[in-house]
This record gives sequence, structure tokens and C-alpha cells, in this order.
Amino acid sequence: MSFRVHVRVMPRAGLLDPQGQAVEHALSALGFPEAGEVRVGRAIELDVQAASPTEAEARARQMCDKLLANPVTEDYLVEVEEGG
Amino acid sequence: MINLAVVRFPGSNSDFDALRSAERAGMNAYFVWHRDPDLRGADMVILPGGFSYGDYLRAGAIARFSPVMQAVQRHAAAGGPVLGICNGFQILCESHLLPGALMRNAGLSFVSKPVDLVVECTDTPFTARYAEGARIRLPVAHGEGRFAASEETLRMLEAEGRVVLRYVPESERSPLQPNPNGSAHHIAGISNAAGNVVGLMPHPERAGDPATPDDGAAFFTSMAAWQPQPSTSKASSR
Repeated sequence: MSFRVHVRVMPRAGLLDPQGQAVEHALSALGFPEAGEVRVGRAIELDVQAASPTEAEARARQMCDKLLANPVTEDYLVEVEEGG
Repeated sequence: MINLAVVRFPGSNSDFDALRSAERAGMNAYFVWHRDPDLRGADMVILPGGFSYGDYLRAGAIARFSPVMQAVQRHAAAGGPVLGICNGFQILCESHLLPGALMRNAGLSFVSKPVDLVVECTDTPFTARYAEGARIRLPVAHGEGRFAASEETLRMLEAEGRVVLRYVPESERSPLQPNPNGSAHHIAGISNAAGNVVGLMPHPERAGDPATPDDGAAFFTSMAAWQPQPSTSKASSR
């Protein structure tokens, strides 16, 4: 079966995210002062061939640990959608 | 004579500067392409700066899967010296040959300017010709040079004397330039536990010509004078 996998990679909480800060300042300057705690990460989507959603998620997590995220500075979230 | 391999990736730069600096110091330096499976008998390796693979995903993240990096891993594991400059430092961290990671500069801007540094560790094949505590001025040119690591890793690097180069902090109120990227502990360069793998953000190869400020030249004269020490290298442990 094919599963669409959504990976969200975010800078680890507590680490300085200068991109997030810059976007927050820009939003404020544009008239959105209510925006706060902005953080900028990365979204990755891929099809994974697997026997079950659980297997697809496990494989996607391995991909994150090995390449898609840097374990030193980033956290990730994996979501599996059925039917690719 | 020391044989030095300068590895070239798609997007490398300063590779010729590294080659010329090495030749000037009396080494036999040559290029190795990232697809080459071996280092052609190199005693030492330089991973130069640049934007290998367009910095896709993260700086250095894709380069570490190049065929040549398998050879670099073996060379390093056997105690062979490896110097990663700028993007080369990022590749060494992504390859887990060095701890930590290099993140977007705190000021977000790409920083290209001379910075002042302290040489804190001279017990490496690349810094042996410096005096410990020497102040040197080298250029930096990077967008992602903010060294980050866990508190535990930072404590280990400090305790083991593995901070090779440190930006002179602003608090010293000297005419020297402060930390350009917001790195942890003002770190500009580190080594692995054995001392044979070193990564740094500044560019010694761009400050090696006698016609210009040549504070970086001693990196290359250190390398040219290097001799393998079987008793202390990892190669002797198996």
C-alpha cells in the first residue's frame, strides 16, 4: 500500500530561531501585532510504500533520524495519510 | 612530503585557495572529486568551503552521502587528519565526525568580514605552529555558522580542551571583532576527541598569501610539518 507521509521539522524549542523572530517583526510592522512566538520550520511530504500505516510511520521516523531532521537542533512530527 | 587531498563538491569554493596555500607551504596538494571512491593515498584531507549541493535541506546534509565521504570517514577513523573549513565544518558535523551543528546566524545576515580569534588548542595537526592563546585575524563568509550543541556536549568540549578557535568576545572591549554569528561559547572551531578532525568557520586559506595579512598560513605550515604518531593515533588501537 502507498501512504502519503507528512513530516514537519521544527527548530527545537529553546534554541534561538532568528528566522521566526524576523518574521514576527515583519508581521508586527505589517499591522499584525497580535502575532507572537513565531517559529519557522520545514514541511516535507512523501509517498511511502508499506504494509501498514504503522510501518510507514516507523520508516518515516527512521528517515527523519537519518536525514530529514538534524537531531542536534530540530524536532519532527510525522503524520501518515492513507492512500497516496 | 605531505600528500593533501582537497575534496571538491558541486558548489565548493575556496578550493583553489586551499590548494595554493598548501603548495606554498610545501605540500603535494591535489583535488579529489566528490564521486571519487578513494583519496589516492592522501596523508591529510581538506573539505573546503562553499555551498555543496546548494545547501539543500541543511548545509552539508547531502554532501555527507558522497562516495568520497566514505573514504574520508575511513581516513578519519584511522587517525588521519581532516580539516573542514566553513561548509566543510558543516559537512563534518552532519557526518557525525564532529559533534554539534551549525545553524542560521543569529543576525540572519550572511556575514563576510575579518574576525579576530584566539587559538586555544595547538595540539592538532593544523594548529601546531601557533602559540597557544595566539590572537589571529581571519576572514569569515557564512550564513549558517552559529555553532550549537547540547549543554552536555559543550561542557565536554570545554573540559577536554577541544575548542580550537574562539571568537574574541565583545566584552573584552578590545578593537577586535566580536562573535559574528551568535555561536555557543563563542566557538569558531572544534576538534574531535582524538584531535585529528578539526572544523572551523573562518577561512585560513584566504589569509595565507604573504602579500596579504597571512595569519592563516600557519595552518598550512603546521600541516606540512605534521608527522603521524602511531602511538597516539587511533590506527594503532586495532
